[in-house]
Amino acid sequence: MNRSMANRFTPYMFMAPAAVIMAIALLYPLGYMVWGSFRDWNPSQTIGEAEFVGLKNYITLWNDPNFRESLGVTLRFAFFVVTFEMIIGVGLALLLDREIRGMSVLRTMFILPMMIAPVVVGLMWRYMYHPTVGTFNRFLDSWGLPKVDWLGQYALGSVIIADIWQWTPFIFILSLAALQSLPRSALEAARIDGATGWQQIIHIKLPLMMPVLIVTGLLRLIDAFKVLEVILVMTEGGPGLSTEILALRISRTATEFRELGVAAAMSNYLLMLLLLLTVAMFAFTRWQESRAARIRAAVEEDA
Amino acid sequence: MPTIHLDNLIKRYGDLQVLHGVDLQMEDNEFTVLVGPSGCGKSTTLRMIAGLEDVSEGEIYVDGKPVSHLEPKDRDLAMVFQDYALYPHMNVAQNISFALRLAKRPKAEIDKKVREVADMVGLTEFQARKPGALSGGQRQRVAMARALAKDSSMFLFDEPLSNLDAKLRGQMRAELALMSQRVQKNMIYVTHDQIEAMTLADRIVVMHGGYIQQQGTPKELFQKPVNKFVAGFLGMPPMNFLEGDIEDTGAGTFIKGDGFALRLQGERAATAKAHKNKQVTLGIRPSDLNFDADASAEDALSLDVMVSEYVGAQSVLLCRCGPAKVMVEVNSETPVALGQTLTFAVNPNGVHLFDRQTEAAL
Repeated sequence: MNRSMANRFTPYMFMAPAAVIMAIALLYPLGYMVWGSFRDWNPSQTIGEAEFVGLKNYITLWNDPNFRESLGVTLRFAFFVVTFEMIIGVGLALLLDREIRGMSVLRTMFILPMMIAPVVVGLMWRYMYHPTVGTFNRFLDSWGLPKVDWLGQYALGSVIIADIWQWTPFIFILSLAALQSLPRSALEAARIDGATGWQQIIHIKLPLMMPVLIVTGLLRLIDAFKVLEVILVMTEGGPGLSTEILALRISRTATEFRELGVAAAMSNYLLMLLLLLTVAMFAFTRWQESRAARIRAAVEEDA
Repeated sequence: MPTIHLDNLIKRYGDLQVLHGVDLQMEDNEFTVLVGPSGCGKSTTLRMIAGLEDVSEGEIYVDGKPVSHLEPKDRDLAMVFQDYALYPHMNVAQNISFALRLAKRPKAEIDKKVREVADMVGLTEFQARKPGALSGGQRQRVAMARALAKDSSMFLFDEPLSNLDAKLRGQMRAELALMSQRVQKNMIYVTHDQIEAMTLADRIVVMHGGYIQQQGTPKELFQKPVNKFVAGFLGMPPMNFLEGDIEDTGAGTFIKGDGFALRLQGERAATAKAHKNKQVTLGIRPSDLNFDADASAEDALSLDVMVSEYVGAQSVLLCRCGPAKVMVEVNSETPVALGQTLTFAVNPNGVHLFDRQTEAAL
């Protein structure tokens, strides 16, 4: 092999181990799942023994009110969680973007929830939501207020609150980073131009942060669709189907109902949803880059 | 347009004091330039006037009213920043009209004003572009137009030309001078470039180390610097400094140093006589040395030419006088060969004397 050929192949050689691992750990199971979703497949059978049923699993699911309910719960959960996390996270970042003594300690404390393992978060909140010995109800009780049936009547709201607690910091640190990279002098110019604090936020800060906020929001949305552990630990999807998000329903379909084909089909629906969001995110960043490139080209043309 | 008065302005960052009591009076329609090296406190002073920095002590008066407690927006001023500080997400017209839109002026009036100032700075056809799609010079114009649109009574400039290349800088400097004649406002301009200071200013304020060194018209400062710092800072190439002692003999009053003995004349001789025992520094601008082979030794310096820098019509000679280096500005036609020792007559009115300890002018 001559030198130039060796040079050409070197990058692929370095990439090969990662490619092999990805093929085994990602593409193979994915293909297996797609393949399985076309079969009526029981855990006691091998995939070869399972009967091929075409799109039956997908059609059944589409007409299954329980699946639709679960999809609805997932969408509602994701919508509320991301909306509130964005508002609170960005709001906190705007508030804490200043030099005050002890601010670095405060910032670190704000991002702690994100670092706790989801199972632990679930356990913690389940305990706090406990109807009789939970922190919240004991607190309400001590003020003479009626107790709230957190994980019963208001289960979805309660898990949403727990998720907001855990993931707002993610939005917070990214917004704070975006805020601190804004051009200081543009903000000073706005102050001289007569902008009040609110006007600076609305006319200067938020528009300039928007690219970061959009990507952050999409990332959180993708994550919110996949959430499992916290809800599994807190409510196991109950009461009824009120908190049964898709990931939970998939795992129950596979383990309790023993319908691997249906579970696989459901996973594929979720995958398509996530793929859509991911593509949207990439499309957005690509659009931004191409716009920046166009602007640069225009400047060079003028010069 | 208002008069601006800074009264004993002090700025501290924690324990570090960077401005040690700045007193300054700026009159109607005056173009004031604060000039000095980096870290001299000129930008801090400007930012305090703008309200972007708190005043630690002292007060700023505009038309006799204290303003240091006011927000920047309530001080009736416009500012042009070094990095232009344009709003990247707004197009040129929106950038220019931002202050007017915040002030909720009628739309027709805003449109008219934007057209007027865009026309004034030559940006009419770029109004729909965003700052990212403009060149450095065009961005500078947008910043200028944005400040003009506000119709404030004070204009602040924080090193507005230092991000431009040399050619554009010269061009913008001329436009700025033209604009300042046209708009008739109070202008306060910060720069580290003494050429900008000399060409633009009605009044130059030279700052160094958090103190005002001297203020006055460019001519006053150039001809009568109060100390060695001001003398060395203004003028290009800079003033030459030679160390010497005053000697009063029967033949006249001399400054004697390593490699030269220069006779002082008139007023300067009298001044020197009064400081007979002082160690002094002699200052002579490169333009006050004239090539003259026939000059008598006591009215001239004889210098060894080391390097000749050809600039065009003029050349700058870097010469040696004893241990010191001396620069001389000569006509490029002057026959000069490197390594020669030449005689340069000293313009008797171009001799400056400084106390070597205090560096103050004598």
